[in-house]
Amino acid sequence: MVETSDIRVVRCGGSKVNLTPPIISSDSRYPFVLCTSGDLVKVYSTRTEEWLHSLQGHTNQVTGITLNPANHLQVYSCSVDGTVKLWDFIDGILIKTFVIGCPLFAIYVLSVIVLSECFQLVSVHLPKSAEQEVEAKEMSAVSSHISKNPSCTAFGRGGEYIAFARHLQLNVYFFRKQKTYSFSLKATDKKGAKNAFTCIACHPTDDCIATGHEDGKIRLWRNFIHKKEYTYSTQHWHHNAVNTLCFTPEGTHLLSGGIESVLVQWQYGAGNRKEFLPRLGGSILHISASSDGQLFCTSHSDNKITVIESSFKVCGVIQGLVKDAVLTDLMIDPRSKALVLNGKPGHLQFYSLLRDKHLYNLDIVQQEYIYEAGLDQFEVVKAAFDIKGSWLATVEERGKKSSDLEFFLKLWAFDERTQSFVLNTTITAAHTDRIISMCFSSSEETTMLVTAAEDSQFKAWCQGADADTQQDQNFWSCDFVGSYHKLNPTNCSFSADSSLLAVSFQEVITIWSPDTWEMLTTLCQPPGVIRDLCFGRLSCSKYLLGTTTKNLLCCWNLLTCELEWSTSVDVSKLQPDPFSENVAAFSYQSKHTDLFVFKPSEPRPLFTNKNVCSEKVHRAVFVPREEPLNSCDESTQWLNRSQLYFLTQNMDLLTFSTATEEDRMLSSSKQLVIDDSVAVTPFYLLLGKHRQQQQKLNTQSHPVSDKPQQTQGSVTIKELLHTPAHVLPAASVLCSMFVNSFLISNTGVQQDPLRYFVHIRLKSNGFSYSVMHLLSISLKFLNSFI
Amino acid sequence: MGEFKVHRVRFFDYMPSGIRALAFNRDIERIAVARMDGSVEVFHCSDRFFQEKIIPGREQCGIEGLSWVGERLFSAGLNGGITEYDLTNQKVKYTIDAYGGPIWTIAGNQQGTHLAVGCEDGTVKLFEVNEDKIQFERNLDRQKSRIISLSWHPSGSKIAAGMMDMIQIFNVETGHSVHRLLADRGVGTSRSKECVVWSVVYLSDGTIISGDSVGMVKLWDDQTGTLIKSHNVTKCDVLALSVSQNEDSLVAGTSEGTVVQFQFISMVLGKDDKEWVRTRTFKNHTHDIRAVAEITTAVVSGGMDAQLVVRPLLDKVEVRSAASALRKIHFPHRRLVSCARKSGLMLFQYPGHLELWRLGESEGKGSSLFVKRNPEKLLHLKVKGEDHIRCSAVSPCGEWIVYSTASKLRENTLHGLKHFLFLFFQISKLPMVLSSANQLCFSSDSSHLFSASAQSSVHIASLSQSGCKFVGTLKPKSGSHQAIHLLAASEDGKWLASANSDHEVHIYNLQTRKAHCTVPVYSSAVTAMGIHPTTNCLFMMYADQQMCEYSIEQKQYTDWSRTVQRKGLHRFWMERDTPCLNVMFNPQNPSHVILHDTYMLCIIDQSLPLPDDKTQFYNQLTLKSLPEEQRKSHSHAFKVCKTFKDILCVELMSDQSLVVVERPLEDVASQLPAPIKQKKFAT
Repeated sequence: MVETSDIRVVRCGGSKVNLTPPIISSDSRYPFVLCTSGDLVKVYSTRTEEWLHSLQGHTNQVTGITLNPANHLQVYSCSVDGTVKLWDFIDGILIKTFVIGCPLFAIYVLSVIVLSECFQLVSVHLPKSAEQEVEAKEMSAVSSHISKNPSCTAFGRGGEYIAFARHLQLNVYFFRKQKTYSFSLKATDKKGAKNAFTCIACHPTDDCIATGHEDGKIRLWRNFIHKKEYTYSTQHWHHNAVNTLCFTPEGTHLLSGGIESVLVQWQYGAGNRKEFLPRLGGSILHISASSDGQLFCTSHSDNKITVIESSFKVCGVIQGLVKDAVLTDLMIDPRSKALVLNGKPGHLQFYSLLRDKHLYNLDIVQQEYIYEAGLDQFEVVKAAFDIKGSWLATVEERGKKSSDLEFFLKLWAFDERTQSFVLNTTITAAHTDRIISMCFSSSEETTMLVTAAEDSQFKAWCQGADADTQQDQNFWSCDFVGSYHKLNPTNCSFSADSSLLAVSFQEVITIWSPDTWEMLTTLCQPPGVIRDLCFGRLSCSKYLLGTTTKNLLCCWNLLTCELEWSTSVDVSKLQPDPFSENVAAFSYQSKHTDLFVFKPSEPRPLFTNKNVCSEKVHRAVFVPREEPLNSCDESTQWLNRSQLYFLTQNMDLLTFSTATEEDRMLSSSKQLVIDDSVAVTPFYLLLGKHRQQQQKLNTQSHPVSDKPQQTQGSVTIKELLHTPAHVLPAASVLCSMFVNSFLISNTGVQQDPLRYFVHIRLKSNGFSYSVMHLLSISLKFLNSFI
Repeated sequence: MGEFKVHRVRFFDYMPSGIRALAFNRDIERIAVARMDGSVEVFHCSDRFFQEKIIPGREQCGIEGLSWVGERLFSAGLNGGITEYDLTNQKVKYTIDAYGGPIWTIAGNQQGTHLAVGCEDGTVKLFEVNEDKIQFERNLDRQKSRIISLSWHPSGSKIAAGMMDMIQIFNVETGHSVHRLLADRGVGTSRSKECVVWSVVYLSDGTIISGDSVGMVKLWDDQTGTLIKSHNVTKCDVLALSVSQNEDSLVAGTSEGTVVQFQFISMVLGKDDKEWVRTRTFKNHTHDIRAVAEITTAVVSGGMDAQLVVRPLLDKVEVRSAASALRKIHFPHRRLVSCARKSGLMLFQYPGHLELWRLGESEGKGSSLFVKRNPEKLLHLKVKGEDHIRCSAVSPCGEWIVYSTASKLRENTLHGLKHFLFLFFQISKLPMVLSSANQLCFSSDSSHLFSASAQSSVHIASLSQSGCKFVGTLKPKSGSHQAIHLLAASEDGKWLASANSDHEVHIYNLQTRKAHCTVPVYSSAVTAMGIHPTTNCLFMMYADQQMCEYSIEQKQYTDWSRTVQRKGLHRFWMERDTPCLNVMFNPQNPSHVILHDTYMLCIIDQSLPLPDDKTQFYNQLTLKSLPEEQRKSHSHAFKVCKTFKDILCVELMSDQSLVVVERPLEDVASQLPAPIKQKKFAT
């Protein structure tokens, strides 16, 4: 009934950057870090930690990247979509695509790729061809007994052999001899060792294989061409499984990391001499080293990449969206339009989805978190913003399993001066039992918080009502306690104009007036406990929507206090769009989730998408767009003003993108390379002004004759402007080239003063001007002369 | 399977003595162990590390080093003397003084011509090894500090000597020092402490490896005298080093109780540039390791915790079997307890004294009985002189105690003194030539004493109220002159069996006092034997866990024994790692043979079928769950009881009660000095 082909589910923003080991590009003064992120490969600068650009082209999860051994400015990437792509990562240009044909799960240098399904290790011959897209069909299987974990496979000294481990067996395959040696360990011993392999690294020059084990041991294997006389030494520092191992390029050190989030550097050949870099955040998943050994990169379980200098100093952190344990709803900070959810343990994170950038963490719990399994520690479980974004309410609790539940309700005020939230009020015993639901009133004038808890009460909290406090600051205190027949409340919601409060008590919805705290009416729909509750917006504000556990979606008309309509659908999440009348409902049925977007006033859904994903969806949010789309298509209209993001049970953050949007992005990205990647700086404005002038000039004076010269000049400018500053040649070289580009076309008298002047300037300043300065100077003069 | 009243004896406070030195002889596959109390033991490496020979020590005789020269064993100690041992008769052959103060180390060269000792006064003294004695040859250049460790170059032309803070290399021909290698002291507070080079090893390629008190294993080049590489092995001392014969593996023992292995491995496979790389770490000791030896297929280590640990190197072992398993030897393979079966007395043999205890009495029924009368210590008998006790026995009637020491002068002293119930008196009439007793045994009616002596002979003395009288000597018809380590007399007083360390078992007729026959020689040593009271069959247990029954009257193996040999023993039985130490017979059930080793007590019912490898060996629990009728078909000859641990002795008394003497290893460990304190994870 509704055309769905132009709307598709995409992974966009907030993807995992810690899926594969990051790569540090070599041989440049300002190295880049490359990492996979969803369908993209992202390029970051190690110095500024800024996201420079991304390599876009894969249509599914990118599963591996590796530098081209023949050209260190190129990178191979592989993806589940079955292609290997070769990129120039500095300019972000796709050079070649090799179509393999089956899902790929890891890539190693020397054109060997781990294949899917039964997890085979296959060597692929990449054909040499000038074409853009090549089919690589020449494959030979190396082994079919490899581990699913890509870090359990490694290449030894110059690619002469490959070591791969599975469970308790280590195999070494020599390519030249075509012979496999395998060594196995016992699963356990008397001392309780757990010997399963977890990772492998090979020494770059010696024949030594380092293996990490489940109980934290590291073994260094030598002499592995003998069936019996092989030998290994054991080192033990990690108290839990070693996640990753990495030799430095010279082979002088071995780096290891695990759940302890301590990077350990072992001196190779010197027994147990080691150095530590502790407190890196989440547990270490991957370690990689740059080819000159100057930088190390660790990726962590909290979706973070840390750049570490060889002197063991952290010099950069690239933080992605943390999605480990999301307990709060997905929220949008009304001020920054950032996505807010659980971040680091005890923190809320603010994440800009538009720029795909982590903004900051807000420490809610303000207690030291101990990285150890089995401890009961405070976690943020609920959070809510008021409509202006000046107040934030949070609930933290611990003791989920035990009976001694402890929780705090905290209210945070936005401080304009520091541009962050500061703690205003901590309420230690807001309720006698767990808080179920929490919402702010949506009116502009008075802010009010309503909390509903399992002690069969709901409370309204107001600011400044407490007369005892003498200070200027207004603290929050309880204004009203409401209950209904000792029933446990399940949800609460304010209407769009805050004139009504709906609180659901099991199967009954009560409507209250927040001004007088008078119960206006009760709505009742017999079967099932109310699960979700929301008021309609704008033109539909007379409607109240509710879902029940008995798979009913009901819509009441508040004017008539009657059930307008109801339908039988198992809604797991009901999410109203704050900018339109639309409501999105995720329904989970027979192992897949469907999405319905509808207006409460209309019985027919605006949009349905069957089989959005295979897991249940419990969290979703509408994110406002920066500039609205103007699609007229009925099925995509609901996405015009905001974008729907949702989080699956596997913690994948997914969204919907429309065809028009994709077209726009594609076109803008094409333009990006040419035009728009420069930030709006004064210089940019100047350049833009100049260009406009020039264009005007062109159209006015020499519309035809000047065109080729114009493009030639702009090519130089573009090259100058779109190459990152740190990879540009010296300013003196550029300047003359840049100025020359302006001077070629005309042989008039005008250019001479300019050239003369620039030379004077250069001389007088001893060539110390930056490119930017020079350009602006020359342009200024250009403008004045032209 | 029969019920016994068991006396569980835990008041024998036997303390094994710490191991001070090890010496391995590759040709005869024996390893010699010197203990802190001055005793020297010889283990047979290819016969499941059976303790073949024990030479008891003396008071104030600390052995610091052991060295084999050919098949001769020398030791040197802090009393300043070099001792050669008579391994045939298991006694000290002679001791000569080196006149250099206490000796810290002794080393023989590979050619077998010279011995070098390092003395307190800073001299390395060379002794020439002659046919029957050693002769002082000369001193090498005298140094300022004591010589702690010595190692010969395999060619015999150079000696490396470890001292305080340095290593000296001597040219043996000139006697002058060639190089002086300075060992670094530790950092920090230990900077003021001297660095003791506890051990050096000189390899044939000119590499010198040293282990010192800073915890480093250092590799030096003897040509240039420079340090090649150093490995930090431990925070405390590296006390012992040992290199394998083909010089591709080195083990270092530390005072943390770890043994660290280094291997000479090529770093790039297939190429020849080899390096010493630290590989494995073995931790089987709780205390300082004072001595390590890398033998062909295993690493043997011993230290303050008094256990000898044999850690097999699986890459060198051809076939994995019970013989190549990890082995820990805690207790001597000799009986230290003898029981007076008829009077309920027990004699405990300590190195320097004997204790006589009366067993307690109990009443009631059930799994644990109420002790009516506590066991009672009747006698504490100290040895006269400095020598330690070699063997002792109490007569079955409980009226006689006999012991023998190792020393020449005091050997063969039987004390007698009328005191309470006991008779003590001195035998003075024994001729000197029949002196040293290696093993003592009473006849079952307590009328005769058998004393195993030199040349594999057994002396008989008759005992009566008036005194002890030498009666005669039993001599084997032929064979070796190795010392006898086991004696067994038959119940009817007719037969006596003796086993010596050449695996020979001779049977004598006591009535004719003639050799009756010799049991065919088996490749493994006899660890226990007994003569059956009714059938007069000799039941023998061997170190490789085989068992034989030999009919004395018919001079042949019994049918049961042949069946055992044909069918073979169960895998679990063969895999036990301690030898059986006693063979007993239940007079009420003649088909029962009772055996024990350190970990278990076993009753063999010769009337039941033998288990094969498919049947369940430890089947008591299964049998219990089965109904009465089916038990018969499922039961087999071996009934193993593992209730008791760390058993030193089991004896069946004449009132059908069992005495089990346990010495729990935890008790031994608790009496050891505190080990080096180490930071453990999460403490």
